[in-house]
Amino acid sequence: MAEAVHQAFDPLSTGSRAKQIRSKTIVYGLLTFFALLYMSPLFIIFINAYRPLEEIVREGFISAPNTMSWSYWGEAWSTFCIGGNCEGVSRYFVNTLLMTVPATVLSTAFGLVNGYALSKWRFKYDAWVFGLITLGVFLPAQMTLLPWAFVLGKLGVSNTIGGLVLVHTIQGISFTTLFCRNYFVAVPDDLIKAARIDGAGFWRIFWRIMLPLSPPILIVCVIWQFTGIWNEFLYGTVFTSGSNQPITSAIVAFSGSGTGERHYNVEAASVIFAALPPLLVYVFGGKYFVRGLTSGAVK
Amino acid sequence: MSSLQIKNLRKSFGSVEVLKDINLEADSGEFVALVGPSGCGKSTLLSIIAGLESVSSGEVIIEDKVVNNEAPKDRDIAMVFQSYALYPTMTVRQNMTFGMECRNIDKATQDKTVERVANLLQIEPLLQRKPGQLSGGQRQRVAMGRALVRDPKLFLFDEPLSNLDAKLRVEMRSEIKKLHQRVGRTTVYVTHDQIEAMTLATRIAVMHQGVLQQYDTPKAIYETPANVFVAGFMGSPNMNFFAAKVVSTDGGFGLVLDGGDGTVLPLINGAHGALSDGQAVTFGARPEHFSPASEGRADRKGRASVIVPVTVEMDEPTGSETILMGEIAGQSAIIVCEPDEAPAPGVTMDFEVDMSKVSLFDPVSEKRL
Repeated sequence: MAEAVHQAFDPLSTGSRAKQIRSKTIVYGLLTFFALLYMSPLFIIFINAYRPLEEIVREGFISAPNTMSWSYWGEAWSTFCIGGNCEGVSRYFVNTLLMTVPATVLSTAFGLVNGYALSKWRFKYDAWVFGLITLGVFLPAQMTLLPWAFVLGKLGVSNTIGGLVLVHTIQGISFTTLFCRNYFVAVPDDLIKAARIDGAGFWRIFWRIMLPLSPPILIVCVIWQFTGIWNEFLYGTVFTSGSNQPITSAIVAFSGSGTGERHYNVEAASVIFAALPPLLVYVFGGKYFVRGLTSGAVK
Repeated sequence: MSSLQIKNLRKSFGSVEVLKDINLEADSGEFVALVGPSGCGKSTLLSIIAGLESVSSGEVIIEDKVVNNEAPKDRDIAMVFQSYALYPTMTVRQNMTFGMECRNIDKATQDKTVERVANLLQIEPLLQRKPGQLSGGQRQRVAMGRALVRDPKLFLFDEPLSNLDAKLRVEMRSEIKKLHQRVGRTTVYVTHDQIEAMTLATRIAVMHQGVLQQYDTPKAIYETPANVFVAGFMGSPNMNFFAAKVVSTDGGFGLVLDGGDGTVLPLINGAHGALSDGQAVTFGARPEHFSPASEGRADRKGRASVIVPVTVEMDEPTGSETILMGEIAGQSAIIVCEPDEAPAPGVTMDFEVDMSKVSLFDPVSEKRL
């Protein structure tokens, strides 16, 4: 088959020459303005992670750096005192990692199986089951605090990372089930029928046919869950304390322990440590979003 | 020996009955075409045979074994889908071996079978490709290959050619026929295309609104349709239906077309059921059973023919033949004739009707008389 040459339609290239130039200037100007606006906080924090403290105090937060030093990154990572614990953010970074990775993997795995069962193995009242599961998507987190506190206490996992993994896994299944079910609905039923006639059962169809079709939605689930759980703050603050906190809750102690002087440069480096993993996941995972793998399934 | 039997089969979705008391039987090696318009229940019937749908009542019997409660994999069938349903992430070879893999057939046998079938369908060069890299015709072949590796008791085809363009469809149609002659397995083939049914099948089951209208050989279905629906559905262009009355003549009975000049068209004795004087009937004559009177073709063949004047309103030349739309006795008619003999639009010309080929139907029950 010859590949068709596909040219995207460019509405800005229509009309007179003067109009084309005018409209392109407006579009690019606006886009550049908003891009700079959104990038500026990251840029300012980044610069301040290199500036000495007295310079920041003297010249203010938003200013060009005179002298720069790498030392604040090391201090933020391993020796800075947060809430009386002088190990830097590394401890909390590891806490968050131990919470986010298992919760992401588990919630995505359950979401895939749920979505597959709900879209391809219809049963009586399946719409109700799907509706109840996805109700969690619309339930405010504050409403679930008390029930979760009760459950975590009963299970004896209060103030542990394991407890947070449980909370995030269960809360996350609502989202991953919704995503996966809606993705799998688009997979032609004929594939399942053909596999049934070929003699495959529930799990073989899942492993050999559905899962190989899933990378696009898998990436969506992983990015959504990883960034969501990593950045989550409420559960971490409510259900853990001290050295068991995830990084988002721990860096709040910057403003909480207001006795000593503020180390803006170290704090800036800490904030970047906290923000870096979701950012990297997004940058490297984003390109897989657009891949359509079902081409050739039908027709 | 019959390899497929369907007895008193009924299927309802909620309160809607989509299959009403279907009885069918296919002999070993037979090619049965299920044909009918969209929504007639033919695809549901195929799904029921495959075990992808349950029955509401009745029996499905494959080689003397009732399979109503058997899973699709235990029925020993293979199916080719309209969408081909090739597994998109597997290569052509993996698509073909998946069924054998599920049945724990050893690797050496799998390889040998794939080789044999790939050779039969001439798809060896495609074995390492993914379905997305294949053209429509190649996907069609692979879908058949996936069915053939199984060597099942029953082949099921669900409109397998409807996604192909016209030229390829005709090619694949004759390939399917060749393949069936070579493999010799019982086949059930669903289609809405009456030409596919006519060309491929040894027997055709015409369905309409969940009811089996007629089940017979292509020749019998075409020449002696059981009712007005079958007569109109099979054949292209459609059979002409004229409102007429039966009159007694010296030798037997004749017809007078409603709205005509009262000319009596004598019927052949014994070709139709019991008739009575003055009875209203629907007179059915296929477009190709008309021919220009000046050629005297029917007379030469020794057939009984009657001359009727036809007013031609429009012509549609197809190249090999010309389709004429016109009026006979004020009732609209479609006639097929040779391009050289076709009159110009607006002309009234005499045509012979071959009375040995015509059908009579009851206008109320629409059943054949």
